[in-house]
Amino acid sequence: MPTPHAVRAARFVADSDRAHWHDQALWFVRVKRDRMAQSLPEWEALRETAAGIKAHTLSRLGDFLEQFEERAIALGARVHWARDAAEHNAIVLSILESHDVKKVVKSKSMLTEECHLNPFLERHEIEVVDTDLGERIVQLAGEPPSHIVLPAIHKKKEDVGEIFHRFLKTEAGASDPKYLTEAARQHLREKFLASDAGITGVNFAVAETGGFVVCTNEGNADLGVSLPKLHIACMGIEKLIPRAADLGVFLRLLARSATGQPITTYSSHFHGPAAGGELHIVLVDNGRSKILESEEFRRSLNCIRCGACMNTCPVYRRSGGHSYDATVPGPIGSILGPARDAKKYAGLPHACSLCGSCTDVCPVKIDLHYQLLTWRGEIGRRGLLPWSKTIPMKLLAFVLKRPWLYALAGRIARRVLPLVPRWLLYNRLNDWGRQRELPQIPKHSFREIYERRQRQSQ
Amino acid sequence: MIERMQVGLFIPCYIDQFYPQVGLATVEVLERQGVEVDFPAAQTCCGQPLANTGCLEDARPLARNFFNIFQKYEYVVCPSGSCTAMVRHHYEQFFPGDHDFEEFSHRVFELCEFLTDVLHVERIDGKFPHRVGLHQSCHGLRELRLAKSSELVAESFNKAQKLLGSLEGIEFSELTRSDECCGFGGTFAVAEEAVSCMMGRDRIFDHERAGTQVLTALDMSCLMHLDGLLRRDKKTMRVMHVAEILAGREV
Ligand code: SF4
Repeated sequence: MPTPHAVRAARFVADSDRAHWHDQALWFVRVKRDRMAQSLPEWEALRETAAGIKAHTLSRLGDFLEQFEERAIALGARVHWARDAAEHNAIVLSILESHDVKKVVKSKSMLTEECHLNPFLERHEIEVVDTDLGERIVQLAGEPPSHIVLPAIHKKKEDVGEIFHRFLKTEAGASDPKYLTEAARQHLREKFLASDAGITGVNFAVAETGGFVVCTNEGNADLGVSLPKLHIACMGIEKLIPRAADLGVFLRLLARSATGQPITTYSSHFHGPAAGGELHIVLVDNGRSKILESEEFRRSLNCIRCGACMNTCPVYRRSGGHSYDATVPGPIGSILGPARDAKKYAGLPHACSLCGSCTDVCPVKIDLHYQLLTWRGEIGRRGLLPWSKTIPMKLLAFVLKRPWLYALAGRIARRVLPLVPRWLLYNRLNDWGRQRELPQIPKHSFREIYERRQRQSQ
Repeated sequence: MIERMQVGLFIPCYIDQFYPQVGLATVEVLERQGVEVDFPAAQTCCGQPLANTGCLEDARPLARNFFNIFQKYEYVVCPSGSCTAMVRHHYEQFFPGDHDFEEFSHRVFELCEFLTDVLHVERIDGKFPHRVGLHQSCHGLRELRLAKSSELVAESFNKAQKLLGSLEGIEFSELTRSDECCGFGGTFAVAEEAVSCMMGRDRIFDHERAGTQVLTALDMSCLMHLDGLLRRDKKTMRVMHVAEILAGREV
């Protein structure tokens, strides 16, 4: 049994200073996003347009994928299709092996995280180095990313200092971000120079041109594929957009939503292989076409992985990304998780207060909190709710269906509760009362008072 | 004689049981606007706790009951954004293709929006010389759109604040996070107790810093959670439902 989100979250919250620091760090990004969004009067129209483009693309995804494949091949790329993670990994490995590659640099890609490509390649004695600074930090720490845009957001600069001291031999106790970044830069430079191949993710692939765009703030995607001759780009099939003209809509939304920047520092466009090089594009399904079939959850494929729903989520900010125990954490992760494995991730849609902030922040208008609620119902329907949830609810329903019983139960409770000694009321089983007082019990219910009032006025 | 508008009063179960004064304040606010209020005693709960847990089949009969009980009224009014949103936004799944229900759902209102949108109330007479922190309960905010949420780019408005703001002497706290969730979230409050309480305390801290004397909201459930924390931590900040303030109750 995986450890439930609530338990992991409670552990994170127990270190109150760190939890508050984490909350503030992400809230800061949300505030930056707000400022950027508010500076565009056409913001809501942009969101609407983006959602429309995505809906249109998804409605005939097969056609667009074929168009993309055809154009990409015409540009000189080789296109591969992977049904699932295993196929994806096998394809990447075979390409690397056929080129005798031993060292790979990789720029940030949630898809390869999802497919667990790194451990797979390492098992085949290929060294993979994540070149995004945050990714490299968690890679050295031996942890998965805790956020899809800010993978090491859970690490304080002191933590980073410690990791770098251990692996990059920086000074002990160093925590100056400038010094640490410089050390990482030197370290990564060596890795870039020594690499035989570069792997990147894809932010947007354009069906009409056969090209694609990778967005980074560090330029590491460019570096990673301009030194070695072999470039492998891995993308989920939902990353497609129909026309180059649509890019403007998404690039404007992505950078503003992700980090509150007007534009990502590097938007690297790739059209076919570099001169004298080779470009492979791996198109991965891995459960996406199953989501595409479902009326309720299709819209979750709109996601452009900006991370804004995480930054705004009051639970995520306080529980940390690792509390979700899934490749993609936070609100969107709690929808994609159960779509992949409903049993394993049955608890995630409940790790949410249903505040709806994610729905309003999402640049591609995914109705996140409605989908989370729909998942709860779906999990109930499939019989995956724990009895600790279903039995109290059955009891409650029994009472609520009978107005007389409901009124009677209330009357009894109001008599009895005030007589119960405090130690009996506030015990280990009372999760409400651990840090909170129960409501003060009134003598009469509203209905009793109202009835009396009506009688008197007649 | 002009016939008076008749309103069916929908009182959420926990208000009925724990906060009768909020129900009474709602009745008074409506009656003062010349509305005839009727409380059908057959009502219990809209079923939201069940539906939000994922027990849809248990919630279904409650939704049916609700519709049967309230269908006959011209309007249904409720002092809770969350329970109103349950009926207006989440009942549809129990009545697929039912036009009567569809028509009915547009007649169900949260108290403040009923005052501003149906009765077109511009101001409420009375005074409340206190510094008030208005907590934006999430379902009222982001499902019923009783105010503009901080995420959206649009002209700002706030139905409850407009009504409260007409009271003499009232002042509003300026928060650093204007509409962050308090962490109640129904069963979330116990299932995710640690995060829930941290969220609540963070809201309270924001209000303390802003000088809130009276913490108010359109949902007593948020206030039940926040008040539980305030009393445990022995704080002097008081909580009152918006209906109580509008009805002219003393602190
Ligand atoms: S669901 Fe929306 S807000 Fe969340 S990461 Fe995807 S695009 Fe961004």
